[in-house]
Amino acid sequence: MANSAQREGVAAGATLNRDAAPGETLLKVTGLQKHFPIRKGLLQRQVGAVRAVDGLDFEVKSGETLGVVGESGCGKSTMGRLITRLLEPTAGKVEFEGKDITHLGVGAMRPMRRDVQMIFQDPYSSLNPRHTIGTIISAPFKLQGVTPEGGVKKEVQRLLSVVGLNPEHYNRYPHEFSGGQRQRIGIARALALNPKMVVADEPVSALDVSIQAQVVNLLDDLQQELGLTYVIIAHDLSVVRHVSDRIAVMYLGKIVELADRDSLYKAPMHPYTKALMSAVPIPDPRRKSAKSERILLQGDVPSPISPPSGCRFHTRCWKATEICKTTEPPLLELKPGQQVACHHPENFEDQAPQDTVLLTVAKQAAELVADEVLAESAATSAAVAAEVTATPAEKPAVTEKPVVTETSAVAAPEDEAPAKEK
Amino acid sequence: MTELSKSGAAVGEPVKDSPAPSAFLEVRDLKVHFPTDDGLVKSVDGLSFTLEKGKTLGIVGESGSGKSVTSLGIMGLHTTGQYGKRKAQISGEIWLDGTELLTADPDHVRKLRGREMAMIFQDPLSALHPYYTIGQQIVEAYRIHHKVDKKTARRRAVEMLDRVGIPQPDKRVDSYPHEFSGGMRQRAMIAMSLVNNPELLIADEPTTALDVTVQAQILDLIRDLQKEFGSAVIVITHDLGVVAELSDDILVMYGGRCIERGPAEKVFYEPKHPYTWGLLGSMPRLDREQTERLIPVKGSPPSLINLPTGCAFNPRCAYADVPKDNVTRTVRPELAQVGGRHWAACHMTQEQRERIWTEEIAPKL
Amino acid sequence: MARGTAAGPRAVLAYLIRRLFAAAVMLVVIILVVFGIFFLVPRWAGVDPATMFVGKQADPAAIEAVRQKLGLADPIFAQVWEFFKGLFVGRTYSGGGDVTECAAPCFGYSFRNEQAIWPVLTDRFPVTLGLALGAAFLWLIFGVAAGVLSALKRGSLWDRGAMIIALGGVSLPIYFTGMLSLAIFSYGLGWIDGRYVPLSESFTGWLGGMILPWVTLAFLYAAMYARITRATMMEVLGEDYIRTARAKGLTEPVVIGKHAMRSTMTPILTMLGMDLGALIGGAILTETTFSLPGLGQAVLTAISDKDLPVILGVTLITSLAVIIANLLVDLLYAVIDPRVRLS
Repeated sequence: MANSAQREGVAAGATLNRDAAPGETLLKVTGLQKHFPIRKGLLQRQVGAVRAVDGLDFEVKSGETLGVVGESGCGKSTMGRLITRLLEPTAGKVEFEGKDITHLGVGAMRPMRRDVQMIFQDPYSSLNPRHTIGTIISAPFKLQGVTPEGGVKKEVQRLLSVVGLNPEHYNRYPHEFSGGQRQRIGIARALALNPKMVVADEPVSALDVSIQAQVVNLLDDLQQELGLTYVIIAHDLSVVRHVSDRIAVMYLGKIVELADRDSLYKAPMHPYTKALMSAVPIPDPRRKSAKSERILLQGDVPSPISPPSGCRFHTRCWKATEICKTTEPPLLELKPGQQVACHHPENFEDQAPQDTVLLTVAKQAAELVADEVLAESAATSAAVAAEVTATPAEKPAVTEKPVVTETSAVAAPEDEAPAKEK
Repeated sequence: MTELSKSGAAVGEPVKDSPAPSAFLEVRDLKVHFPTDDGLVKSVDGLSFTLEKGKTLGIVGESGSGKSVTSLGIMGLHTTGQYGKRKAQISGEIWLDGTELLTADPDHVRKLRGREMAMIFQDPLSALHPYYTIGQQIVEAYRIHHKVDKKTARRRAVEMLDRVGIPQPDKRVDSYPHEFSGGMRQRAMIAMSLVNNPELLIADEPTTALDVTVQAQILDLIRDLQKEFGSAVIVITHDLGVVAELSDDILVMYGGRCIERGPAEKVFYEPKHPYTWGLLGSMPRLDREQTERLIPVKGSPPSLINLPTGCAFNPRCAYADVPKDNVTRTVRPELAQVGGRHWAACHMTQEQRERIWTEEIAPKL
Repeated sequence: MARGTAAGPRAVLAYLIRRLFAAAVMLVVIILVVFGIFFLVPRWAGVDPATMFVGKQADPAAIEAVRQKLGLADPIFAQVWEFFKGLFVGRTYSGGGDVTECAAPCFGYSFRNEQAIWPVLTDRFPVTLGLALGAAFLWLIFGVAAGVLSALKRGSLWDRGAMIIALGGVSLPIYFTGMLSLAIFSYGLGWIDGRYVPLSESFTGWLGGMILPWVTLAFLYAAMYARITRATMMEVLGEDYIRTARAKGLTEPVVIGKHAMRSTMTPILTMLGMDLGALIGGAILTETTFSLPGLGQAVLTAISDKDLPVILGVTLITSLAVIIANLLVDLLYAVIDPRVRLS
């Protein structure tokens, strides 16, 4: 587009004018696990477990938006239900404002419920069809035994106007509203008790495109006005990029990459992140021929009942080597603000350079990856490696990647792209 | 099949009253109305388009815009199977390779179904029969239209499964749909729809139920297969990304009508209808720099029973007052040519739209 | 994921063995519970089973003799043990000098007429079974057909008529329809004799005796089956895979008869299993109305006579029938729906 330069300027100038509240840690999650037992037979013996969430560590800072992306079965929704304590964790710790809420009972959780609210995906099924929206939105007051200033009705009407609904619709029923309006009702209900943190599980995926944008903008406005902290769970990478400050990418119950929005999208380090982003269909017909940039992954996500050993992505990764199969890579902060769990990250120096022999699956996977991509990734990694060895280790500030050359003629080191023969 | 007469119709724009069009598929003034207790639901209300072999038409629209109803209408899946319910009222003309489907003998249309025109559905889990193996279902689809024995048909099924990239097809042919993963199921569905080499393939939200990485695989597969089979393809989706990946031409539907139609590049780069602008502005994009705010379309999609008078989009249109004399609220705009093979239905003048697009919309995208 | 084809014969066999074992365990539990109820409750209620056996006017010595002979004075465990032994290897009643041998499936003796119970059961079971199976055959054919037609012609005159009749069938009690049919066809028109004739004596006579009970019973059940078939079929017709079947170019008879019917049969089979089991337990009303000498009639008499051993015997046979019917249904279910794993 003609105006891309102009747009860039706008984007750079106005990235965050949110009241970046102190930025202190609001939510801290350590080693979080949730295994759903699978029982069988007459005696309901446990024969296995769905390891929906299998060891998460992250923090959510006050006032920020943490986006969580992943494909179905990656455990992102379970994670949302764990941090709002709708589910009881199998192991690990959830701290909210420094207080351990991991195993609080229903009674002890009640005050906490005011501060943490949830918005659900389906605006159709999450509202009781027999209740007026007045009743629905005022339910949190009744549950908490709170009477807002000026009375419940007045407060509900205020909330309705905050989310952009007509306050006079207080006595209407959910079926009288469209999908987007119902999601607004869900948001109003979540806001009723003036929460500090809102966890939204696929808040816009059931909505039409034009309505999605309305709700995304509303969430944005509310955050600025009310200083809310969001955890937004979604499968749509473009929506997540739009709303988030930091993004966690999940794969089979684990976080594989956790980074600032811009670092993640500009220079993803985990191969899965890279594949995921390249898989998103780009609404630009001119890019149709530029298919070469796409990384096609083999097959489907493995079952979370028996996840692959080592790095869980090794069965589909085109860079997987022996170490990936045997050793689980830890989630390390390789660059400031970018944590990655990978032995052979993209856009960064190899963490296990001695391990160069590709697994057979990786060779097959590499068949699906365009030569240009392999060459490019090799080139950037090599460049970073060179830079890292050149500069002292204390200065790991390789924030901006060297511009990738258009031509794929960059000589790839032997160990980086060996799988591709012509 | 009736004789294909060469009536020099301009490619792209349907010509009224020509007996048999030259285009491979031509839909003229298609209307699909459903009588209900609340009134007549005009799901599709006067839709026309053409499609040539080897080309892909993307039909985009939001829920209730009539895009899926259109596809079912072409397949003739309205007239059957509406047991007891009040029947859909369908009118207009659908010409497939010289045959008008709406007036043709229903049994003749049935024989075309699956052989000449096939369909891929959104959710392969519910679209495949849970009680029959994948192989049985493909064999059945093949044997209705080909007089071959079961063994030959089974070999054909294995061949098709292999072609769509299912590993160990000779084993998996005996699996049931629930034993397949989502992506594999959609591959099997595609194998089944292509088993008779159809000339027209309709894919109704073919990747909506799939994960992103699997979606990429399936889009790739559809593209490859089209190249190989040379069929005409209609892709129906709400996802502009999917449409851009696959389509040569794009048709944007709103309230049961086409509001803009043209080559994909034109529709994406020089859209001529405010609703198309709205769709483009509503969508966060990975291929662009981060924008501060999305530009949504205000309001909600219209009721198909009581469409707004005039332009159906006028209550949501930010530019409804640009044309004079309140015309947007009283007169329904017809599709008008705005460029080569590019049509839009809007009351604004070309100049007005040009100005708004370049000055107000494009810079914010 | 990959687990090959549905279930090989080996899996079916293993499944059968497991199920039969479970059924055996279930039967033992049922025997224990029933035995407990029938032999303990009278004691708690202050009624002496021996008195019931001999009659109230009997002298204490006779009662004591019976008590000895039937082992009623033994501890409950001993009694249960004797009962089990009787079922499988036969038992010997001895007391007061006279000894009675009771051969292998020994269910004991009726309190009322001192007849052995097993022959009573074997006499009556075929009558009930014949009634249940014959009626089931009729109601399946007519009920399912009516339901399918209603679903296909929803809202039509046929649909409304069929559903009104079905409503009547469900709500009219069996003795009403039974008596009515007897009054018309047997007493009024004289077409049918209406007396039960065992199959071993005359096939046509048997048919003549069974036709009215069959039709009466089938009418009630056909009504229920028509309703459930209609509802299920309507639901199935809305499924995506039916649309897919049409999109393949299948003819309507194949779409309905093959694709839709197979899914519609699943809930119907489940119901059939339960209904057959229940009917074998005693179509009491039907048997009474038509004077059929089946299990239902036997149990009715036994209840009014407080004839505990007969009740116990019928209960066991019924439980066995229910268990077998359910096993058959589960097997059929797995054949119809490959998603049901035999494990």
